Amino acid sequence: MIKPYNHAQATFAIAKASFRSILRSPSAVVFSLLFPMIFILVFGFIGGRTPTIKIAFDKHSDTINPIFKSLQNSKLVKIVSVDKDIQRAFNKGQIGALINISPVSQHTPKYVVNVTYSNIAPTEATLFRIIFNQITASYTSNTVSSSLVQVHEHTTIVREYKSIDFILPGQLGFALLSSGVFGTAFAFLNLRVSLVIKRFFATPVRKSSIILGEGISRIVFALLGAIIIIAIGRFCLGYTLINGWTTLGNMLVLSIIALIVFMGFGFVVSGIAKNEHAVPPFANIITLPQFLLSGTFFSIDNFPSWLQPISRALPLTHLNDALRQVAFEGVGLCDVWQSILILVIWGVFAYTIAIKVFKWE
Amino acid sequence: MNPIIQVKNLIKKYGDFVAVDDLSFEVFEGEIFGFLGPNGAGKTTTLEIIETLREKTSGTILVDGYSIDRDANAIKNIIGVQLQAAGYYPNLNLLELISLFSGLYNVPTNAELLLTKVGLQDKAKAKYKALSGGQKQRFSIATTLINNPKIIFLDEPTTGLDPQARRNLWDLIREIRNTGTTVVITTHYMDEAEVLCNRVAFVERGKIIALDSPDNLIDQLVSTGFERPKEVKKANLEDVFIQLTGQKWMME
Repeated sequence: MIKPYNHAQATFAIAKASFRSILRSPSAVVFSLLFPMIFILVFGFIGGRTPTIKIAFDKHSDTINPIFKSLQNSKLVKIVSVDKDIQRAFNKGQIGALINISPVSQHTPKYVVNVTYSNIAPTEATLFRIIFNQITASYTSNTVSSSLVQVHEHTTIVREYKSIDFILPGQLGFALLSSGVFGTAFAFLNLRVSLVIKRFFATPVRKSSIILGEGISRIVFALLGAIIIIAIGRFCLGYTLINGWTTLGNMLVLSIIALIVFMGFGFVVSGIAKNEHAVPPFANIITLPQFLLSGTFFSIDNFPSWLQPISRALPLTHLNDALRQVAFEGVGLCDVWQSILILVIWGVFAYTIAIKVFKWE
Repeated sequence: MNPIIQVKNLIKKYGDFVAVDDLSFEVFEGEIFGFLGPNGAGKTTTLEIIETLREKTSGTILVDGYSIDRDANAIKNIIGVQLQAAGYYPNLNLLELISLFSGLYNVPTNAELLLTKVGLQDKAKAKYKALSGGQKQRFSIATTLINNPKIIFLDEPTTGLDPQARRNLWDLIREIRNTGTTVVITTHYMDEAEVLCNRVAFVERGKIIALDSPDNLIDQLVSTGFERPKEVKKANLEDVFIQLTGQKWMME
């Protein structure tokens, strides 16, 4: 006669209540939408490039020659060591010139230099041309041979990598981190200390429904936020979504994975914090270092080398990386599996602790 | 009288501290049962164990024939619980809170009707936080009725209320009892227990030291030769308050 208790109905009721509550909470809207938008606008407009010109040598290039040495000694030029990411950096305009020097023994010219510029870094190309001409000029005057060096220049057409393409994923990632950690921690702490959860326990609802209901509403809210941020970026600031809807879908999938991981940290914080005032310090310990070190504002390539391994270990770094690759380079989710794997490892770590420290009452 | 709650040899220990010490009592169907005693006597602990919110150390409890060990969920479905100082989901209005609870209980609810029953029909769109003390307690009681329970538990529902709001709540509790619902209530106010409760249990240090109807308990005391030190007037200051400040619950 009595129909069986439907846990999905209870879960949905909690999700609905939680979603309504989030929409009416000013801090959620400010942290998930307003802050990221302000940062995107500010950093998007002031984002300039570094004054030194980064160049890279082709791996087949000869390096035992005076031209290489001169470039190496120049303070205006920074040689980036060759690895597989060079082409990507070049495509994003982060490297001003790709150079290949070939010695041609017993003939004049003695060296053939191939320089490839990219169309999106014209300033770098012009500057490098001036620097390079000075170097070869001094070289030729010393050796009294004007035809010692032959230079071939190319300009490769690549898609423009705008600063919004760097800034937006970073801000989106950070918005997910802060809403995952702060939002979850505050929500569960409040529900616990105000005895809302205890009152829930007087009904037949299961604990898993409470977690699931809260989780669903937070994910839906965060995805709406992400869509709004991406849409504003796309339509007002020229953000690149290389494969359109597919790219958006991939970004949202990454956002969900990351949010679930970050919510794990939120559960940990809500468990160890005794009251509301203890939430911000704990949550900031988790979010602030990542805010600064995970390539939110600046590429982590600019960090000193001792700092980079730390940056590379943080989950937000990998979310940011994955988002940028998916959005700008149009790679699929399978191609960023390493980043996803590291996020998942952090998730396992966070939830292992959360299960130990989480408190219902 | 048909017992709807049967508690036998209930013990609850926190480490070495014995909060509930071998308690046995019965609550009858359709009565208002008062649980009285000083703070820390174990009233709330006992109630929360019966409400399936707290683990017991030992003893047996049957609620409408269901054992709290085996049928906790069946019990949750037939009881309504008002916790001392419980909060409600933040940022929601009363209608939305009722809709949340009706989802949690899996029962459809006529929210307007329910709010009318507790005199809060004008506050449907108000947030819980914006209610006065008496309105908050009436709303709390409304949420205990959502699943049409056989028993409701009210933990100090009138603490902190003004005399008028207290009387309004008494009326509401009597109405609920008159529809056949058993009410278990804790309170620090003896006048309240006297006018409201069919039977009361006095608890001290986790033990029941007296259990009977208020009338019988008073008669027993009088029969020992007890007398109030002073002849009382025909009214007291509380009666003055009620007469001066108006009658109905919209006035809170």
